[in-house]
Formats: sequence, C-alpha cells, structure tokens
Amino acid sequence: MSAQPARKQAFVRELLGRSDYAIIGDIVEPGARVLDLGCGEGELLEWLAQNKGVEARGVEISGAKVQRAIARGVSVYQGDIDQGLADYPDGAFDYVILSQTLQETHRPRKVLHEMLRVGRRAIVAFPNFGHWRVRLSMLVSGGAPRTKLFPYEWYESPNIHFLTVLDFEALAAVEGLVVERRYFLAGRRKVTLLPNLLAEVAVFLVSAGRLS
Amino acid sequence: MIVEANTVRFDSISLDSGATLAPVDVAYETYGRLNASKSNAILVLHAFSGDAHAAGISHEKGKTGWWDNMIGPGKAFDTNKYFMICSNVLGGCRGTTGPGSVNPATGRAYAMSFPVITIGDMVRVQRMLIDWFGIPRLLSVTGGSMGGMQALEWAVSYPDRVVSAIPIACTTRHSAQQIAFNEVGRQAIMADPDWNNGDYYGGKPPARGLAVARMVGHITFMSDDSMREKFGRRLRGKETFGFDFDVDFEVESYLRYRGSEFVTRFDANSYLYITKAMDYFDLTNGHGSLAAAFERTEARFLAISFSSDWLYPSYQSQEIVRALRARNCDVAYVELESNYGHDAFLVDVAEQTDLIRGFLASTVEKAP
Repeated sequence: MSAQPARKQAFVRELLGRSDYAIIGDIVEPGARVLDLGCGEGELLEWLAQNKGVEARGVEISGAKVQRAIARGVSVYQGDIDQGLADYPDGAFDYVILSQTLQETHRPRKVLHEMLRVGRRAIVAFPNFGHWRVRLSMLVSGGAPRTKLFPYEWYESPNIHFLTVLDFEALAAVEGLVVERRYFLAGRRKVTLLPNLLAEVAVFLVSAGRLS
Repeated sequence: MIVEANTVRFDSISLDSGATLAPVDVAYETYGRLNASKSNAILVLHAFSGDAHAAGISHEKGKTGWWDNMIGPGKAFDTNKYFMICSNVLGGCRGTTGPGSVNPATGRAYAMSFPVITIGDMVRVQRMLIDWFGIPRLLSVTGGSMGGMQALEWAVSYPDRVVSAIPIACTTRHSAQQIAFNEVGRQAIMADPDWNNGDYYGGKPPARGLAVARMVGHITFMSDDSMREKFGRRLRGKETFGFDFDVDFEVESYLRYRGSEFVTRFDANSYLYITKAMDYFDLTNGHGSLAAAFERTEARFLAISFSSDWLYPSYQSQEIVRALRARNCDVAYVELESNYGHDAFLVDVAEQTDLIRGFLASTVEKAP
C-alpha cells in the first residue's frame, strides 16, 4: 500500500492511450479557450470539451480526419498550420496546443510565434531526437535513425525538422519565451534525470516573454 | 412520407429596391414536428431552380423532394428530432409570388413589372414565415449554392434568430465568372422572340431560350471528370457520325433533355429575376468588410465545399471561414473530395450526412 503511490508517481496515466495527452489534459483548466493544431480526428478536443468544458477549436490538414472530427461534433477547420493561423485575432485562445507536429511543420519558428500571438500560452509536445536510442541507431547503422518513435524511412518520414530537448530550450531562450513547465516522458514513465538522453517525448508549456 | 404543400399570404413587403410588393404568397412544406419550446426548427433554403418540396413524396404529383436523401427519419436532417421547413423563394414560380403571379392591381401577370428582388428580400420573406410559425430562433439555416447564400444572409441579417448555419458550396458574392454564366442564360432567354419582353403568359413561353440557358447551367454544375465519366465521346443511338446537326453525342442528348425538361417546370422570367438577385448578392454590402458583416453573429457555422466544384470553388467557402475566424466565431470547415462538381451537394450524401448529423447534435448540446 505505502509503496504504491510512490511508484505511481513515476508514471503518467494515459488519456486516449497517450501520456502526453494526459499531461495536456491536466494543464488546461476548465472553461479555457483551446486551439489544437494538427488535431487529427479531434479526440483530445472532444475529451477537453466534455470533461473540462473548454471552448474547443482545431486545425487539421487531412480532409478525412477533419470529416471525422466534425462528425464527432468538434469545430475543426481544414487547413495548413504553416499558413493557417493568420486569420485569428491576437489572444483569441488561452491555450494553443501543438502535439507531436512541430517537427512536421515547414517553419517551426514562425508557427511558435503565431501560437503565442493567438494564444496566451502554447503547449508543445514533440518526440525527442536526442534520445539515446536515436543516437545509438545512427551510430551503429550509419544511416538515418529508425526507432519506435521515428519508424519511417528517411524518404517517407513526415518529420522534416528534427529537434531535441536541448534544441527547444535553446530556441526558447533565443526567442525570449518563458518555459513555465516542462515534462519528459519515456513511454508512460516520467523522466527526471538527463531528459535530453532519456526522454522520448517532451511537453513544454510556454508563454511569450514580457518583451515580445 | 407523403407531404402536403401549403401556402400562407402576407399583406405586403418592402423590398431592397424601395418598391413594395402586396400581397406576398409563400409556398412551404414542413417535415417532422415542432417541439413545445419551438427550439428544434431548421430552415432549408433551396438552390436556384429548387422549390419548397425538399423531402418526401408530394401529395399531388408523387414526386420525390430535391433533398429527400438528406431529410427524413434517421437521415442527416433527422425528422424524428428536427422540424424542417422549406419555402419557395420570392420571385420563384413554384407557389411563392413571382413574375408569373397575377398582379392584383391589373388582374394580369406581373411579368417585367415585377420589382427586382434580392437575396435579402428572399430572406425577409422567410423571416415573416418563421415569425408566423412563432419560432423565436432557428436551430439551423442550411442550403447549397443559392441556398447557402441565403443561409449566410440569415446569419448576418438576423443574428439573434439563428443558432447555427450550414452554408454548402456557396459564396459571399458572385465572381465575374458566375455573373457571366448567369448573363449568358438571361441573354438566351431574352433573345428568344417568344420572350416578348416578358409578356408571354397565356401564350407561348420562350422555351428555346430557357432550354439553352438551362443547358449552360448544367455544364457549370458538372466537372470535366464527371462529364468524361458520364458521357465521354459516346454517340447517341448510332455507330457513326450523322454528318448533320442532329444529336450525335450522348452529352448533347443529355443537355437537350435537361433543357426541355426544365421548360416544363420553370418560368423564364423567374430565371431572369432570381439570377439577378444572385448576381446582386454581396454579404459585405452596407458593412464594409466580411468580418464586419459577421460582427453581430453568434451562430456556429459548418461550411462545406467540394473539390471539383468550379462554379462555387472552395476558395469562396474559405473566404467565409476566414472572416469568421477573424471574428473568433465557432466555425468548422471541410472540402469534400468529389468528382461531381457543383452537383455534389445534391449527390454526395454519405459524407455530408456524417458531418451534418454530428454538427447538429453538438449544436443542440451547446445551445443555451
């Protein structure tokens, strides 16, 4: 009994089968205005709307996914994240979520800026290219790394901007973004030590710095 | 379901042109049941050549409604849940007052003395009908093509009367290309000697002109792909060319059939008046910008366009959505893949059904 809570703390529960969703679900407070970029079929938005009463909006490029999102009652717009945020007024949202998509955008820096223009805070989750398995894969094979997290052949990968935990921290520092919270995951396990080496997925909660 | 056509008469209406029309008859049909709180009503708005008979089998002629595959028990617009209303537009020729109606002042058909009308006028008449039903707010307003334009006009003109809007394959204003096709249709009618300056009621209508106008229309409703698939270069009932100007190709036969069939159910003067109303339509009129037009809109929106629709291309639907996003409105949008061109909104039922069913269910959930 006494050992269980301690062991449990090392694990993050899953939401819709994903630990990063569980973290996002904890961060977002009830009634918030939320925009999910690359929202897929809108599962996370639907959960947030039903369980947190958020005002949920999404952007997704795949028409088939947008269809399924709208069919489940989520207001999703079919469009490209790289261009799609320009119409929104400043500060339209409390949270703008970008889950596992930053590495797929053409201009990640611009996307981050836009997220923090239309939203008060941004939640960015991304696969960590600095994980030891990725490093080992490349070292051993000499080819583009392929792991559980990056399973694609280089010519088929949707990932066009690989980044690590360190890279994101560095960009945040250069851009004057405030990292309010950071979470590191290996599977469902929380990583506390050497995140750039041991984390498979990183979740950052950032806001615009005072100067910008 | 067998449905009855109804007509209600209103004393008069003031039009955008400054003219007054009195009285105004409105033909309408309803499907489903209005609930006690009158909160489940959805207004369906027909396209250019449509009418009030949107669903079911008509009582007199046994004809199936133009959106019957979308409206009915268990369908996208589920009549077990929603009370559906559809009326013929002002200026039409299917029961609502139009140029073919008798002017009580003269005892003869209005013909070209009928005042020029706008999409705004059509919507004003529909609002009178909704008032007559005692419905405070419509759960949704929806339609494709010109029906979508009316849905947008509703959301902008009567923002407190509309909970949601579903504009399909439409635009906030006609482009030069859209006006051009309408003008070709109008000129075809007016070039027919039988048109006689619009004064043909009781005589021979300008059937040839109206048929040509409709043939042009049908070309714009299809896509290159759908025409190739449907007709290709197949010959009609012959192995070789006829070396004359009779029908050679299947596509010619189809267009001629469509043209001659249209003449039996549509009035040429209504064609002139309604296409003019579409060409005049500009949602920014009196507002300055599209975003300003949506200023007072609280409605949720679901906009749908079709990939092969070149008459109302997706960029026009995207303009609606972008303006709504600039206002931070609740808007969903998708471009459905389809080969059917503009006709897709009447044909691609399965995809639209999923979208509309989910959108309406969540609209009911969110409604105050």
